[in-house]
Amino acid sequence: MIELNGNNTLIFSDLPEVIAKRWHGQVRASLDVKEFLCLIECEASHVPDLCNWLFSELGYSLASLIIEELPSYWLLRYVFYGEPGSGQIHVSLQSSKSEKTIPSISRFVHTADWFEREAEDLFGLVFEGHPRLGDFVLHEEWPEGVNPMRTAFDASCPYIHRELDPDWRPHRIVKAPGAFMMPIGPVFSDAAESAHFLLETVGEDVIRTIPRFFYKYRGVEKIAEGRSIGRALLLSERFSGTSAFAHSLAFCQAIEKIFRIDVSVRVRALRIILAELERLRHHIAAIAAICNSTAFAVATSQASIFEEEALRLTCTLTGHRYLFGLNAPGGLSMDFSEQAFRSLADAVYKLFNKLSELKEMLRFSSSFLDRLEEVGIVSRELAFAYGLVGPIARASGIARDLRKVLPYSGYENIAFDVPGEQESDGYARLRLLFSEAEQSVNIIRNVALSMPDGEVTPPRFEVTPGSALGWAEAPRGATFHWVRIRGDGRVGRYRLTTPSFTNWHGFHLASEDFAFQDFPIIMATFGLSNAECDR
Amino acid sequence: MFKWVLKGLKTGIVTTLYPDKDESAPGASPGLPLGQKDNKEEVLSVVSRCPTGALSRYDHQITVDYELCVHCFRCVRRIKDPIDWQNGYEWAASTAESAAGGHKLGKAFRRSLHIRVVDAGACGACLSEIEQINKPYYNMHRLGFFITPTPRDADVLLVAGPVTDHMRMPLKKAYDAMPTPKGVVAVGTCALSGGVFGPSFASGAGVSELIPVDIMIPGCPPPPLAIIHGLLVMVERRRSSSLTSPKSQAEGRHHV
Repeated sequence: MIELNGNNTLIFSDLPEVIAKRWHGQVRASLDVKEFLCLIECEASHVPDLCNWLFSELGYSLASLIIEELPSYWLLRYVFYGEPGSGQIHVSLQSSKSEKTIPSISRFVHTADWFEREAEDLFGLVFEGHPRLGDFVLHEEWPEGVNPMRTAFDASCPYIHRELDPDWRPHRIVKAPGAFMMPIGPVFSDAAESAHFLLETVGEDVIRTIPRFFYKYRGVEKIAEGRSIGRALLLSERFSGTSAFAHSLAFCQAIEKIFRIDVSVRVRALRIILAELERLRHHIAAIAAICNSTAFAVATSQASIFEEEALRLTCTLTGHRYLFGLNAPGGLSMDFSEQAFRSLADAVYKLFNKLSELKEMLRFSSSFLDRLEEVGIVSRELAFAYGLVGPIARASGIARDLRKVLPYSGYENIAFDVPGEQESDGYARLRLLFSEAEQSVNIIRNVALSMPDGEVTPPRFEVTPGSALGWAEAPRGATFHWVRIRGDGRVGRYRLTTPSFTNWHGFHLASEDFAFQDFPIIMATFGLSNAECDR
Repeated sequence: MFKWVLKGLKTGIVTTLYPDKDESAPGASPGLPLGQKDNKEEVLSVVSRCPTGALSRYDHQITVDYELCVHCFRCVRRIKDPIDWQNGYEWAASTAESAAGGHKLGKAFRRSLHIRVVDAGACGACLSEIEQINKPYYNMHRLGFFITPTPRDADVLLVAGPVTDHMRMPLKKAYDAMPTPKGVVAVGTCALSGGVFGPSFASGAGVSELIPVDIMIPGCPPPPLAIIHGLLVMVERRRSSSLTSPKSQAEGRHHV
């Protein structure tokens, strides 16, 4: 059931008929009932109109733009997802190789803004009507016309840098007496990840934030091409080490879908436990970072103690502190004993009690709350327009969580809540981290104490060419992994859409109109990873 | 604020006793594979399962090159004859050049070292472990180690990541801005060899391509104790380990 604007509803299975009527049969739509997927194929001229309809009238969010350069044509795929029960919609567009111009949808669906800028840089496609194409992933030292994601590009050698104009200065928009630009990064004063922010100001308030990312661009999508599945799995785990399990899970689910591998109930349950353990550890680390950003030493130390305890707990259970080397297509690399589950359930419960105590103490620390309350606000409307995901969207009143919207790995059989907040400020995001950590603890305890039997060894499977989308709710939000396997069993295309990429896009909304000293706090409440964004 | 003071006092001291005593808490380190004599039937299959080429068969022995090991556990899980595993954490090795010519940092730095951290494309796990050494369980301040916000005050540059193309210039600038004598510590497999990412069009094959490296800390990521060990080796308070197993003079890609 899809809620339309107004009071009408639309049944998902009626979509093809509605679309055929609306576009007079010029747009083909077909249903895959088992996958809960509606595939729409159309001409380039219909794409903006169609995407606009899906976004503004049916309330779908754009998850990803997947571009593939196939031997004879370009294949573009716009992936949409919505509320629970509204499945997913793929808008697919074939364009001939000679055609380099695609109509932009970013003026209707603002989420597409960064996807299109990225595609322009990496593929050399031009999105007609986009207001700001240009250096994005590749910085200015890349020569024009070099597009690393093209199949003809040789990924093994370094490229030649071009000469830069030493007198170049960034373009200033704020023009007033005393206006200046404050650069921050790419190297920060502590162990923060590399990124650059130019803040335009006339004194105390940040008027405009110009972020610049991709300092950590490792070309993961490109270097995965032509690799074996086992090698691509290493990349999926290691491109963002702090959410390794969620990403390798999304990758494995894509592979399992391509080869139609059945995953045992035990593997599904184990994956839920490990994914929630990762979420718990990530949220504790994010809470520690928020306390640290306000220079609140005792609270930072307390949260940091819990973080190290969660890391040691993870390592004692799985052998690795960041859950590397566990997932494999169809199974897991190791199994655990009943005793291990019981001690895990006890340990997370103890951790949760300590975390609750910290939450109660923070709730009544007015000097701490003053730094967070009504700071870094992202309104619900803007969060939706930017397609924000994860805890940030949920703190702004958008309770979308892939575990509920497009359930995977058996989440549909587990009772849990998706916490939401309405205030949309830094404190709402902190509260949300605490409530999600509580949900994760409950899920781990419930699943660990009723573990089904079954085999966890990855089965042997026949390699066939094909492509599929895998997804997971990573600790920072929704991630989508598109994998295409070639005839020789190697990876043909590996497209990564990560929550940090989607959410950094909306970061400027939160940081503008706030004072300089709030900037690190707003950054901490966003809690994003540049490794995950830059790939 | 009183309740916070009380809370802090009630928590007590959780800090490890390393380097005075070994740390034996479970989960403090993921461990590393150990090289071994070639006396097992399955030895070739163990070597062929390594996706990064860290394992090699050399003169009736399995040799592990820690500069390439990424903790994928494929040589130890789901096979009949797993490789031996060590659970230590003293993994940091001094590079051959500086071992021959003596350390660049003198005695004055032994108990006071200021560190600048540069993220040259790390995945986040190495950086997270670097953050841990500044937190209660490891608390590097007790050893005289401090993170400094500016390269002008820094004695040691701690670099993680394979050095992505876009980070080459910031890293070089940070290094050049440091006063001499200065040291460089490369943290994690990516910083040692490029790891799973490099060398490629977008990332290099480790930090030593760009600036001279004094201490190498293997691991994906190295646990906080290994990073502390690296800093202690830097100031000659702890002995250097080897980047290959078994330890050998002739093998290893560049260093002993």
